[in-house]
Amino acid sequence: MFEKSVAELGRALAAKQVSAVELAKLFLDRMERHKDLNAFLDVRPEVTLKQARAADARIARGSATPLTGVPVAHKDIFVTRDFASTASSRMLKGYMSPFDATVVENLARAGMVSLGKLNCDEFAMGSSNENSHYGNVLNPWDKTAVPGGSSGGSAAAVAARIAPAATATDTGGSIREPAAFSGVTGIKPTYGRASRWGMIAFASSLDQAGIMTCSAEDAALIFNAMLGFDPKDSTSVDREGEDYTRDLKHGVKGLRIGLPKEFFGAGLQPDVENAVRVALAEYARLGAELVDISLPNAALGIPVYYVIAPAECSSNLSRFDGVRYGHRALQYGDLDDMIKKSRAEGFGPEPRRRILIGAYVLSHGYYDAYYIQAQKVRRIIADEFQQAFRRCDIIAGPVTTSVAFGFGEKAADPVAMYLSDLYTIPGSLAGIPGMSIPCGFGAKNRPVGLQLMANYFEEAKLLGVAHQYQLATDWHRRMPGEFTT
Amino acid sequence: MPLTSSDVKRIAHLARIEITEAETELTLVQLNGIFKLIEQLQSVDTTGIEPMSHPLGGSQRLREDLASDKPDREANMKNAPVQQDGLFLVPRVIE
Repeated sequence: MFEKSVAELGRALAAKQVSAVELAKLFLDRMERHKDLNAFLDVRPEVTLKQARAADARIARGSATPLTGVPVAHKDIFVTRDFASTASSRMLKGYMSPFDATVVENLARAGMVSLGKLNCDEFAMGSSNENSHYGNVLNPWDKTAVPGGSSGGSAAAVAARIAPAATATDTGGSIREPAAFSGVTGIKPTYGRASRWGMIAFASSLDQAGIMTCSAEDAALIFNAMLGFDPKDSTSVDREGEDYTRDLKHGVKGLRIGLPKEFFGAGLQPDVENAVRVALAEYARLGAELVDISLPNAALGIPVYYVIAPAECSSNLSRFDGVRYGHRALQYGDLDDMIKKSRAEGFGPEPRRRILIGAYVLSHGYYDAYYIQAQKVRRIIADEFQQAFRRCDIIAGPVTTSVAFGFGEKAADPVAMYLSDLYTIPGSLAGIPGMSIPCGFGAKNRPVGLQLMANYFEEAKLLGVAHQYQLATDWHRRMPGEFTT
Repeated sequence: MPLTSSDVKRIAHLARIEITEAETELTLVQLNGIFKLIEQLQSVDTTGIEPMSHPLGGSQRLREDLASDKPDREANMKNAPVQQDGLFLVPRVIE
């Protein structure tokens, strides 16, 4: 049962072939057995089982949704009333939120049962999950490799079938990169689609919630419950709700898939390029037309991102002062000293580094030269996507330059780590929806992801295009050996 | 233009993060590496381009100025590191 998709689990629950309590126990048991992955930070079986019993009662009453009783785990960036919410930081160790994030609440309202909270990079800053205060998450395909980040726990839990679905967040690639490294399906919607209420803020003009699952069909089902306008988030987009499953059955015949030449240049490893090219050939076989396009300034995405994201992070993280919540140093002098010591102890090296970059680029005399200039180049990049979408319906390419790297390989060099997000950052800056789907294996038998991007609000189309590939291939059904029983 | 140790100390003060001498030196090397990456932006011609602060443009939505939530003092204070009589405690700021 653990290897079933969200859609299949929903049908089995509706047909009373399995109960929500049985499913919850099954996944809690797998979690216990595979503790060494370190994917989970807070697990409370009594909370999970209580939700499962309520789901069973709802199914018995006949008021279930297709998701009622299906388990889900949440990235520890979403605050939750029943589990600690730490952002994988020492700063928030043991923090109990007085409310649930809207995304969490929406999925609970549909009847999904929460398995607990997932490890990630501290405050969602990182590309390998090595920045968590609570230790590394292991990649289920190869325990010597990183799972990707920042949503590393989400990716590992779904890859190991410890959770059929996991929420995640993406600021510069934090859903797509770990999905690619861990061989699962991951999607971030258009900026503004998912509520950011209760999502611990990193870079507010970029942060967006999404989902990791075993298939595009599952992601579409969950998006139906998860997304939507939220008056509590001032950047939430006020649009009619829609059915994200509506395009799943659309074939790709005549679909124009644009291949940005900048995504196939120097730096792309041949094993990744090969798997991606084979996947694109599959689309061509299914009737899609491959079109060469260009995003001339895509590579400037990294410097733009490393001005904008730290600037916004330095502002967002200024709320942690050791007064109202969060870590407070044991010994201090005056108020300023208390705040400085609490922040130095509470934040790990990466948040500290980004706060300092942010404070510098926003400081007097540098604001225009760095922050405003970065916002201008951000618009150039976003406009290039609009030019490109005149010539194609979907943009495709690799998610990453290489397969998952090993622990410690990039940890000492922030710049090398930052370059991991070369292909994911441009879409984040534009704010368009993007996803990663498994498309094969590269060096050391580690997974490769195919990146698909669509224009604003075209999630349904994007999910349909991914689903068509998953109907024709079985990469998304592959499981790492240790986790098949 | 590379940063100096005094720049690092100044921004650490602005950001209210305590930093030791040893950390200052390591941070300096790392920040200069990152700023080398960022400097690429200075050569881009952005004449006449509007800064992009929100992917979908438009203006910030406002709501009616009405009290919507009833604050739950106890729930909101339960994570306070130090408190007394329903108040947050901090070092004395007014002598």
